[in-house]
Amino acid sequence: MKKVKVLCLSAALLLVVGANVFAQKEKLTLEGSTTLLPIAQSAAEKYMDLNPSANLVVRGGGSGVGITSLIDGICDIANSSREIKPAEITAAQAKKKQIEVIAVAKDGITVIVSNNNPVSNLTQSQIADIYTGKVTNWSQVGGKNEKIVVVSRDSASGTFEAFAELALKGQKVIAGALMQSSNQAIVSLVSKTSGAIGYVGVGYASQSIKAVKVNGIAADKTTVQNGTYPFSRDLYMCVIGKPKGETKKFIDFVLSPQGQAIVEEQGFVSIK
Amino acid sequence: MFSFKERAIKFIFSCLAFSCLLFLLAIVVILFWQGAPLFSYMDFSQFFFGKSWYPTSQPPEFGIFPLISGSLIVTLGAMVVCVPLGIGSALYIYELSGPNSKKILKPIVEILGSIPSIVFGFFALTIAAPAIQQFFNIPTGLCALTASIILGIMAIPTITSISEDALSFVPNSFREASYALGANKFQTLFKVTIPAAASGISTSVILGMSRIVGETMTVLMVSGGAAVITSSFFSPVRPMTATIAAEMGEAAFGSLHYQALFAIALVLFMTTLVFNVIAERISQKYALKLGANR
Repeated sequence: MKKVKVLCLSAALLLVVGANVFAQKEKLTLEGSTTLLPIAQSAAEKYMDLNPSANLVVRGGGSGVGITSLIDGICDIANSSREIKPAEITAAQAKKKQIEVIAVAKDGITVIVSNNNPVSNLTQSQIADIYTGKVTNWSQVGGKNEKIVVVSRDSASGTFEAFAELALKGQKVIAGALMQSSNQAIVSLVSKTSGAIGYVGVGYASQSIKAVKVNGIAADKTTVQNGTYPFSRDLYMCVIGKPKGETKKFIDFVLSPQGQAIVEEQGFVSIK
Repeated sequence: MFSFKERAIKFIFSCLAFSCLLFLLAIVVILFWQGAPLFSYMDFSQFFFGKSWYPTSQPPEFGIFPLISGSLIVTLGAMVVCVPLGIGSALYIYELSGPNSKKILKPIVEILGSIPSIVFGFFALTIAAPAIQQFFNIPTGLCALTASIILGIMAIPTITSISEDALSFVPNSFREASYALGANKFQTLFKVTIPAAASGISTSVILGMSRIVGETMTVLMVSGGAAVITSSFFSPVRPMTATIAAEMGEAAFGSLHYQALFAIALVLFMTTLVFNVIAERISQKYALKLGANR
């Protein structure tokens, strides 16, 4: 009796494994930036819904990790929230590979304060001074005599990475900053704290807080798209050579109106 | 046949009981396996006493002393809240209250213990933090004080129910002997009952403490999340548990940051393990002390 059962089980197992091997779908691996992760993930899901034969795997790891994997041939598309570094281009050339970079979305970071804060414009250097702790009172930047409560995203988030690079030029955020784990948490904290300053992705600014102009420029779809807003950047997908086959189909999908709608849904700005 | 059935049942149940051991072992092994590689990058004292936690800057800094100090200050504050309230409630419920108020109070304490920690977090975020911010006129209500108060409230049921058990283990003959000598209720309570139950009560305090140290969701929501070394209750802090919860999702698998988070988990695990061992030791001692008379 027992032997029969074991036999049946192993036969069933073999069948399942075999079926999987034979039904191997064309697999596409995306790896890289955590900023791009939500876009890549939901675009991949939508794409697989539309093309049931496709099999997409999306991984994080960071822009650098993604590009290294791309050069080593571990992934097909590298998501990157920055441009390719010269060192990476030479590394690719050493393997006789040419990296193609395609901008798929734009990312802008809005600086926000409480609604009853009179400050409505800050310069880039004032913002850097506030976040590095050189300026600690609103009166030093033309506001009320009130202590500044610095609010930041958690240091592991893509938004933090982008802000540190665009606004702070790699300087460290003061240790006393309140680290919040989501864009929503920052909005709700800043709305309730009169001395607070925070930053969120452009898609998250709402009525309950006041978006501050940076160098006199307000963050909106247009200024982020044409790059006049200082805290904006492109997000890229990188491939080896001219995209073709499944890779080309997927990137075309991301650039299509349907794909760009996903970009906006995830709180980013579409490319056009 | 019958004895075979019985043996089979016994075997199944022993498997179930030992599965806990398996889980514990698996967790310990994984914590070491994932966390230990960090120490080839930096030594333990650099990790433990390092003053800055900048896991993603270049080069990254993994000093968890600010996180330890955050856990420490929040735990201390919470103990100030939960020890008097928890033990006081236990004394009242078990020793002083009439049957009617006992009928109401006991279930209430139990309900307090069954509220999910995220609900406490929401309460703290929407009610307690703004109230504390206004009352003390501080820049933000998300600080060590708020976290301490809420965690203290959360630990009350643990302390109360274990202290109550400890009081119930004190033989009635102790109290009767005291009354027979002419002592009144309060003299009996403070000179006889509490000393007799002292080890059980201290066990409850230690278990409450390990609950506070390990609590995650509430501190993530209300402690503010600033990795600073501070001794002020009005400053935002970043306890170890909140750090792991906030950053684990974003840390790349196998990276130094990932290993550092596992190493923090290891430190936390060791801390609560030590607490539990101490609690176990104390309760063994008191079992010996009162065992003969029970």
